[in-house]
Amino acid sequence: MKILTCPMNGPRNIDEFQSFGPMREAPDPEVASDADWARYLFQAENQPGVVVEWWRHVPSNYFFLAERDIVTNRVLRTFDPGEAE
Amino acid sequence: MSRLPEPWGTRIDRTRPLRFRFEGREVMGFAGDSIASALAADGQWMLSRSFKYHRPRGILSMAGAEANTLVQLPGQPNMLAERVALCEGLEVRAQNVSGSLARDRGAVLDLLGRFLPVGFYYRSFMGPGKDAFLRVWEPMIRRRAGLGTIEPAATGGEFIAAHLHCDLLVVGGGLAGLSAAVTAAEAGADVILCDENTMPGGAATWQREGAAALPGLLARVEAAPGLRLMRKTTCNGWFEDNWLPLIRDGRLWRTRARQVIFATGAIGQPPVFRNNDLPGILLGSAAQRLMAHYAVRPGRRAVVLATEPEGYRVALDLAEAGVELAALADPRPGGSGGQMAAVLRRRGVEVIRATVEEARGRRHLKAVRVGGRWIDCDLLAVSAGEVPAWQLPCQAGARLGHDEATGRFRLSLPEGPLGLAGAVNGRGGAEAARADGARAALEALARLGGPAPAPEPAPETAPGAFALPVAAHPKGRDFVDLDEDLQVKDLIHTVQEGYGELELLKRFSTLGMGPSQGRHSAAAAARILAQATGRTVGEVGVTTARPPVGPEPLGLLAAGDAPVERRTALHGRHLALGARMQPAGAWWRPFQYGDVADEVAAVRQAAGMLDVSTLGKLELRGPEAGAFLDRLYTMAHANQPIGRVRYCLMLNEMGTVIDDGVAFRMAEDRYYVTATTGAVARVYADMLFWNAQWRMKVDVANLTSAFAAINVTGPRARAILQAAGSSFDLSTAAFPHLHGREGEVAGVPVRAMRIGFTGEVSVELHCPASRAVPLWEALTEAGKAEGLLPYGLEASRILRLEKGHIIIGQDTDALTTPDELGMGWAISRRKPFFVGKRALEMRQRLGLSRRLVGLRFPEGGKLPGESCLILRKGTPVGHVTSIAQSPTLGRAVALGYVHPEDAVEGTQVTAKCRNGTLVAAQVMNHVSFDPDGRRQEM
Repeated sequence: MKILTCPMNGPRNIDEFQSFGPMREAPDPEVASDADWARYLFQAENQPGVVVEWWRHVPSNYFFLAERDIVTNRVLRTFDPGEAE
Repeated sequence: MSRLPEPWGTRIDRTRPLRFRFEGREVMGFAGDSIASALAADGQWMLSRSFKYHRPRGILSMAGAEANTLVQLPGQPNMLAERVALCEGLEVRAQNVSGSLARDRGAVLDLLGRFLPVGFYYRSFMGPGKDAFLRVWEPMIRRRAGLGTIEPAATGGEFIAAHLHCDLLVVGGGLAGLSAAVTAAEAGADVILCDENTMPGGAATWQREGAAALPGLLARVEAAPGLRLMRKTTCNGWFEDNWLPLIRDGRLWRTRARQVIFATGAIGQPPVFRNNDLPGILLGSAAQRLMAHYAVRPGRRAVVLATEPEGYRVALDLAEAGVELAALADPRPGGSGGQMAAVLRRRGVEVIRATVEEARGRRHLKAVRVGGRWIDCDLLAVSAGEVPAWQLPCQAGARLGHDEATGRFRLSLPEGPLGLAGAVNGRGGAEAARADGARAALEALARLGGPAPAPEPAPETAPGAFALPVAAHPKGRDFVDLDEDLQVKDLIHTVQEGYGELELLKRFSTLGMGPSQGRHSAAAAARILAQATGRTVGEVGVTTARPPVGPEPLGLLAAGDAPVERRTALHGRHLALGARMQPAGAWWRPFQYGDVADEVAAVRQAAGMLDVSTLGKLELRGPEAGAFLDRLYTMAHANQPIGRVRYCLMLNEMGTVIDDGVAFRMAEDRYYVTATTGAVARVYADMLFWNAQWRMKVDVANLTSAFAAINVTGPRARAILQAAGSSFDLSTAAFPHLHGREGEVAGVPVRAMRIGFTGEVSVELHCPASRAVPLWEALTEAGKAEGLLPYGLEASRILRLEKGHIIIGQDTDALTTPDELGMGWAISRRKPFFVGKRALEMRQRLGLSRRLVGLRFPEGGKLPGESCLILRKGTPVGHVTSIAQSPTLGRAVALGYVHPEDAVEGTQVTAKCRNGTLVAAQVMNHVSFDPDGRRQEM
């Protein structure tokens, strides 16, 4: 079982975590076209390489970000969303 | 029953004879015997009939993995006869036979083999008629090819799971593993050594070489402080970040190791020739194990096939045990057993420069043909090359390559906290294995932060492998995979069918899918496929190794994972009242206490109370709590006055309704919000997920378990609360509909909310869970004079359906918008943003495709059930979502989706009952009872 390092709780078994998918920038709903909004809702990029993902440590309900290479499944870094630039 | 004299037989206790039965016949063995060894000592070599052709089969490896040795024990099918320890009175039966093992009626299939080519079942069992495979053929095949019989009445065993942690896990307790484990433990590491045998030592326990080194190593194992030796324990897989299941009987240790060393040895590969599956044809190591461990003489007259020096050692051991050596076949050009060959020659053993071409015999080996000459024998011991035990290392990311020059298979590990030691690393033989174990341990210690850099690995010791030719015999019966009864021609036909890749070949032919998982077929299959497709063995490779390595009881997978079951603080009260309990998600809730109609009537005419403790309860605090709720829910909450309760409706980003509840503003910066029982976990997670992105000044606490809640409802509800003693004024003027109060009822601190719920005056009392029972009892007491009844889930459903209140998830689905529900009133038009707003606007532009309405059916007629279709000109447009008999109205009340043009009161629509009957229904207002809502606002 994979180990994921939670920025708050330290290294824990992956079954304590829930993935909330890649971080996406929502377009401004006031100006975005219908097509752009639909793309935001439904289109997953799913490109090989490093993605920034939302993860939840379920017992503590803590959300954080992880940089993960989705080809090798290696997690390069995990950090609190407050540290995101 | 004759056994070899001591010191042969290290595992048996000759002072403790045991009696057991095989196929109804009494057999004697000794304590320490396995079923297979005791039967072999008795001369019973045939243990089973093969899967497809029902051919006689017996011991091949004595390592315990092949279908050959599967036997039926009482209530336990598919037990490995080479592994199960003998016990007094054991009833053992052969599997996969019709009639008896000796006279199996299924053996006729062996003669019909040419009508059953590889993959025949993919094409042969198509008709007659629909589902013919499931109706006719599958049961027939199952009877014919099934293995053991399960015991349907079996109660299951005791299964326990636990967790282990260590610095280093060494898998395999041969010389390499022992040496690795003691080296690391003596350096201070916390080490687990697991070995699947009763005694560690691996090949050193059955081979002379290394036997001298064993006692010293075992003494060091004993003395090392940080070393845990786990015998009879199988490592059944490798999972990410060194997470490995260790299994012994009904116990599973989920083990996390900082470093792992695989010292799993190598697997002997049997040669392929006609009738190579006869009982009496054994791997050399199996013959050695029988003699050394169990004092069983594996035959009277033997031929040894050797393509490596090890075979000569086997021959010497056999000779020493009094087995007559008819010949040794060594087909290697210029191959030699060195000094051992000289010893054999002195004993007059003929060495033939040829391989075994064919064998003969009915139920046991009678003769083999070597170099064109038939030689009588009842034992053929083969030592014809091995493959590193690749399963675990390959799961951990290793690749099994093939060196075309030397003919050897070799493993290469990826960078990481992993090591290989001994024969699995190409360093077989006692001294090399021991040195390699120590080296692997030093490398692991260095990776753990230890000081010493490890020495370079010694050169490989495995001899250059001589690949025996594998050509299909014209008459077949040259088996590559004994588990699956696959012959050389089957693989060649599979390639001709177009399955030229090993993974495809496996799926079409079932190669390697049996219990031994290709352990003894890997080398031959790779060579056959390489030849047939003009590639190298390395290019063909082996099939992907996946956990589990061997079979494991399903009970182990469930061990330690007890189902989650939640009970409210009032659970005991419900049981005492004789409630019928029903699961609702993880919760247990009272379905009904007595007659549902009485419970409904009590609420409508007097009062009822319902345990609503399972409701989600969330408290939001912070200066931006109101603004946060505004972004999350569709209604306006930031402007909600303190002390007021407001309905709240949640959409997802697609504009679909996903939850509802009420929000009670307790203070400027504090809201108490309810969510539905099933959705609260998700709503709570979503709230924090959104705020991880929005970074608003609000904190969310999940009080679902901390608070219990009781809904008191009915015309007499207020009087009951009064009688129980309330610290706040309950009059309509002081505490109107959709208001909330904090105070005490019957001395219990409560958050009280006046809400719709049943359509009568309803006060929901939320209190600390620890105080729920006194509150319930005080209400019961106060309600006696008022006709108060506790009501259950079913009465609640009917009461709410009479009022047209929807149940999210039952009356809604993954596409339901608020407009379809007629809940446009719950959408704030003024807010610039809430989750789902943008998608909702887009969907509004597309127009409505359905509407949820009330439905009325003719009195006394047939009624559709929930999820029955609603038709419009014969085409489905929606379905009935909820339906129940209303005791209040004396008729059925229902909700369902209809075409938007039909959503006008009085329109006739058609519903289709489950049996196909069409019934007319009249579209009604959602709210069947008290549509103006006067009763709840009193």
